[in-house]
Amino acid sequence: MTSGLTKAPLTKAPAYWAKDAIWPGIVAIGPMLPGTLAFGMAFGALCAQKQFSLAEVEVMMAFVYGGLSQFVAVQAWPDHLTGSSIATLALLTLTVNIRFALMSASLRPWFGTLPRWQSYPSMLLVTDGGWLAATRYRDHGGANAWFFVGGALVLYALWLVAAIPGYLLAEQLADPRKYGVDLAMPAFYAAMLVPAWKGPRRAIPWAVAGAVALGVHWLVPGWWFIIVGAISGAVSAGLMPSDGAGRETRHG
Amino acid sequence: MAEALRGDVMLAFAVMTAVTVAARLGGFWLMSYVPMTPRVRRMMDALPGSIIVAAALPVAVNGGPVVMFAIVAAIAATIVSRNDFIAVIVGMAVAAAARAAGIGG
Repeated sequence: MTSGLTKAPLTKAPAYWAKDAIWPGIVAIGPMLPGTLAFGMAFGALCAQKQFSLAEVEVMMAFVYGGLSQFVAVQAWPDHLTGSSIATLALLTLTVNIRFALMSASLRPWFGTLPRWQSYPSMLLVTDGGWLAATRYRDHGGANAWFFVGGALVLYALWLVAAIPGYLLAEQLADPRKYGVDLAMPAFYAAMLVPAWKGPRRAIPWAVAGAVALGVHWLVPGWWFIIVGAISGAVSAGLMPSDGAGRETRHG
Repeated sequence: MAEALRGDVMLAFAVMTAVTVAARLGGFWLMSYVPMTPRVRRMMDALPGSIIVAAALPVAVNGGPVVMFAIVAAIAATIVSRNDFIAVIVGMAVAAAARAAGIGG
């Protein structure tokens, strides 16, 4: 706890487990719950139209566990699965979900201090919403691993349940755009940028990330824009000279 | 009635799962080989905001006026209320209302 007194210490506290962070972790992902429910229902409805069985839908929810990738894959699902069509689905899934690699990488300084049998299973729960909430908690000096895992388990449980009413009510829910469901995640992302704002200098990498992502999105089909843009932003931050003041307070 | 769990569908799900698990664990695993120099630390600090902007900006720009307006409304709601929940509801409600009013996009 010695480094907790300094502002923005270079080395943050190592991870630990204490149950008092479970509820705050769940509250932090609260804003994601309506969107996750609606998104899961819309996905269930789409699967019903595409003639998947409910058991199959639940297997996909439980194991693939990547909402956007599931949507993209099912929309592109071929009439007959072949070796090459499965490879195409795998590549599609990879391009959508490769952002999880960046997210788990960014959790390394925090969860890397835990034993592997605790840290790697935790990374299986990485999603946009859970990662965003945990990142903000960490940014404020938090280190309790239950904050991330508790919220992430609730998101997972809701995701498993959400497809069922959607599957059963398929006709009414087929167009998620009608209810603005496609805005749930972008709105949450946008809301997260406001507290992350630490002045224009720290936002230069964001501008780089945004510009590169726009360019890649325009030039290259698919979802590569996320990873290329995000890496460009991070690399630009590494290339910038250190901003000194307050950031280099290192304690042994 | 359709077969409950078709073999070829399960195979496709297994491949999709493997790819997704590899992404979730791979980034975390790779970072164990990267020494935490001040430069790497600056990159890691900039990574979350960069992911957010790279993921959301192209969607906003290409989503047309409804999506852009909804995202601006969500940001405004965050600044005013400092509450993510209100921001998400405002974003979704603005988009749903605009589309119900017949505005495309």
